[in-house]
Amino acid sequence: MALLSKKDANLIKDPLADNNPITIQVLGICSALAITAELKASVVMAISVLFVLGVGNVVISLIRNIIPAKIRIIVQLVVVAALVIIVDQVLKAFAYELSKTLSVFVGLIITNCIIMGRFEAFALGNGPWKAFLDGIGNALGYGIILVIVGFFRELLGSGTLFGMKVLGDPVAKTGLYSIGYENNGFMIIPPAALIVVGIIIWVQRSKNRALIEEA
Amino acid sequence: MAINTDKNSYTVIFAVLMVVVVGSLLAFVASGLKPKIDENERFEKQQNILYAMGVNNNEGEGDVSFIPTTEVEDEFSKYITEQLVLEGSEAVEKENAYLIDVQKELAKIKKGEKAELPLLIGEKDGEKFYIIPMYGKGLWDAIWGYLSVDENMEIKGVYFDHRGETPGLGANIKQRFFMDDFKGESIMDGNTYAGVNVAKGNNDPLNQDKEDNAVDALAGATITGNGVSAMIKESLKLYKPYLQTIRTN
Repeated sequence: MALLSKKDANLIKDPLADNNPITIQVLGICSALAITAELKASVVMAISVLFVLGVGNVVISLIRNIIPAKIRIIVQLVVVAALVIIVDQVLKAFAYELSKTLSVFVGLIITNCIIMGRFEAFALGNGPWKAFLDGIGNALGYGIILVIVGFFRELLGSGTLFGMKVLGDPVAKTGLYSIGYENNGFMIIPPAALIVVGIIIWVQRSKNRALIEEA
Repeated sequence: MAINTDKNSYTVIFAVLMVVVVGSLLAFVASGLKPKIDENERFEKQQNILYAMGVNNNEGEGDVSFIPTTEVEDEFSKYITEQLVLEGSEAVEKENAYLIDVQKELAKIKKGEKAELPLLIGEKDGEKFYIIPMYGKGLWDAIWGYLSVDENMEIKGVYFDHRGETPGLGANIKQRFFMDDFKGESIMDGNTYAGVNVAKGNNDPLNQDKEDNAVDALAGATITGNGVSAMIKESLKLYKPYLQTIRTN
């Protein structure tokens, strides 16, 4: 017995690969460039977006029939901003340490176009359960790319993963550094993320040629 | 139930209702949680101040580790012996001076009004620490912190924090590998209060040169680093009259 019908399962599966928000829909690129210098920041951002998109999609879907079409973008913005601020306040009161880590991401989440994009493209036209699955799926697809980019940028740029020195110590010249390896400082700055995302897009489209748009 | 959601009157009513509902919800949440949040912020200030004078639970090379919130109040009253506010080179004792909002005081100074600059004196193992609160600008938003010096104007410890610097880049000013570099640096260059520069091309990753008024900058965080340098310099300017009276070298 499947937990989800095939159609529902696809709502989660598609955004992970063939309909990925970053590499195919090209949504949420800004935050993918901005905060992927470290793996830890990528993971935190992915989890935050998972939560906000999951809940936000449901809320928008529930009120989709009463939202005036003329101001729907503003309504979406209000929903996501209110949601993020409430979560931020609750964390500040009951999990202060965690909220310190997340506070930097609050602004990034509100302005993340993946959230508005999914509200607009899916939640406005579908029921809450489907919207929830769509939100989770897209957030996961977004998260995967973030983690991949974060992995390469932190490894090649700083020689660390989650802050752990995996390639040796660049100052004391141990491990890989003893044979002349150097960190690539270029990987730390945002343009490098664009290149890594570009490579992912290239790999993905050469594996699945159906994704290539007709010129 | 069909509503004509395209009507102007409906749109206006919806917008007004939405603002009222969401606004009161946020106000309700904010005021309900305020006491708890204030308490957390007070503990955090105490933790940060103690951190700057070297009272923390750091182990080896890892992450920043504060005194736990459950103990911080006792530790704070144990180590912080005097809380002062400065009026020129005069220092007057004031209860809970550490809670003074430095941002507001700096704004008053800019406007030429009378301001209260807090200064804390801590004592640990017979050594005296003069802890200066700082406030400045990073790339995206505010940065702040605490700087502790001894009578020789040698930095005993720093703590930096920020509101919205880029994670992985500017946000690393609150990482130990950056803050630890400041320890032992002198804020004096001859007889001037030069502060400590966050310098590119300092080429001193182990920070062995403690007399150069410089620490290595963070790659990819030039503006945040410049903000830190400027913040230290500005704060020293304000505290100079008092520091002159305690300086021994």
